[in-house]
Amino acid sequence: MALMHASSPHTAQPQTSANIMQLVLAAMVPGIVALVAYFGVGVLFNLALCGLTALASEALMLKLRGRPIGFYLRDYSALVTAALLAVALPPYCPWWIPVVGTATAIILAKQLYGGLGFNPFNPAMVGYVVLLISFPVEMTLWVAPATVEHGLPDIEEAFSLVFGNYQVDGFTMATPLEIVRHNNSIIMSQLYNEEPVLAKGSIAGAGWEMVNLAFLVGGLYLLYRKVFTWHAPVGMLAALFLLSTVFYDSGSSLSEGSPLLHLFSGATMLGAFFIITDPVSSATSTRGRLYFGIGVGILVFVIRVWGSYPDAVAFAVLLMNFAAPLIDNYTLPRTYGHAAPRRATEKED
Amino acid sequence: MTEFAVILLSTVLVNNYVLVQFLGLCPFMGVSNKLETAVGMGGATTFVLTLAAICSYLVNKYLLAPYGLEYLRTIAFILVIAVVVQFARMFIEKTSPLLYRVLGVFLPLITTNCAVLGVALQNTLKANNFLQSTFYGFGAALGFSLVLILFAAMRERLAVADVPTPFKGAAIGMITAGLMSLAFMGFTGLV
Repeated sequence: MALMHASSPHTAQPQTSANIMQLVLAAMVPGIVALVAYFGVGVLFNLALCGLTALASEALMLKLRGRPIGFYLRDYSALVTAALLAVALPPYCPWWIPVVGTATAIILAKQLYGGLGFNPFNPAMVGYVVLLISFPVEMTLWVAPATVEHGLPDIEEAFSLVFGNYQVDGFTMATPLEIVRHNNSIIMSQLYNEEPVLAKGSIAGAGWEMVNLAFLVGGLYLLYRKVFTWHAPVGMLAALFLLSTVFYDSGSSLSEGSPLLHLFSGATMLGAFFIITDPVSSATSTRGRLYFGIGVGILVFVIRVWGSYPDAVAFAVLLMNFAAPLIDNYTLPRTYGHAAPRRATEKED
Repeated sequence: MTEFAVILLSTVLVNNYVLVQFLGLCPFMGVSNKLETAVGMGGATTFVLTLAAICSYLVNKYLLAPYGLEYLRTIAFILVIAVVVQFARMFIEKTSPLLYRVLGVFLPLITTNCAVLGVALQNTLKANNFLQSTFYGFGAALGFSLVLILFAAMRERLAVADVPTPFKGAAIGMITAGLMSLAFMGFTGLV
């Protein structure tokens, strides 16, 4: 009989980092399928470019830092960052957009802070925001969804869009959030009839609502597999829903869109289930995560409606990442057997 | 009322003195190593900034402008700020000796915090009236304290991170401040 000499705790942790990362990648598949169905092969170009750049820059940084390369590459965290950034980027963008974004995400936002487990900001969102501020034109050209108007670029056109200097303008169309944001002349019901992308869809624009629904399904699967708790997503979606309901004026020309539009358009579901649930850059305690989610929901609504960016998930996430350490400091859970929690500021040293 | 809310929103978030206008960076980097000190520094700077905005407005309106001495504005404001800081220093020394000891050299250094002079000069440039100047100063101070405290909480976490040696300390602090500044660009257009 073999005697075990391991020290406590004796219960095995069934989930490893690599395991969780693989689950997250698997849960993104429905969303990616929906994106490809509505926006075409451009999404796959982004995924491939982001994935390769992520692995290359992670390997480079690990080598420079003298860390075991194979060990860290096999935790799949670089690929998750790459996938999150790839689905957030506009399809058919020039090749250097995903490359620059992913390299920034991995090198600047992850490895310089010490790699997985130490990054205070969500790397994919840092990459996205850097790109959005540096290359606003390329980052806001979204092709029209497949079911609307002029069809998608075929594979040859996709190649010349990504690697050549072919312009994507002929295929693009404003996103539903941009349309609603910039409308102040006609009432909502008329806007839904006139704008093809809204007319072809049912609540939040053709394509966009299905993509969000697919990410919701993937997210619920992760929730079911206990990869994260419900606090952050519920906090964010509830705050966004409540605010958009309170400010909804049943569809006048100045309306900023119905609650359902806000929930099922842009990157709402991707953000709620895949980005703000990042265990490293969000708050740590369950109560902290609830506050974190609520903060993201409020900021998303405020920036979408009154700011100058039509979708705001990336900015809202970064701003709350910035606030997460302070949230943690004030939401320390009560230690079993002790009285009220003592804040870290009061500790003796 | 809306006017003052707009001034507060603008100075705290949209035109944050530290992250958007890049003023007051030395205390932002220097006093953000511990959350406790940052909270104290935020309080002290809020006190000084609001008072300095009021005093410099009064000096400008009733001393400089009537005698056509506007060309002495910068020097006069520096003097006003130095006096206010000295007052705050004596006040803190009497009320909280611990905070006084913790803030140490950074307390007199509020004098050279360019955000304080920046607020006083901006107020005269924008021709703000008395209440507007007060709110402008108070909002700028709130914005400064907010990012200082958030940054301090984050740096306590960075202190235990496995940061590569060349980037330890101030370097990674600068990178973090840059990323925070990027995040604050999301507020563009709010006001």
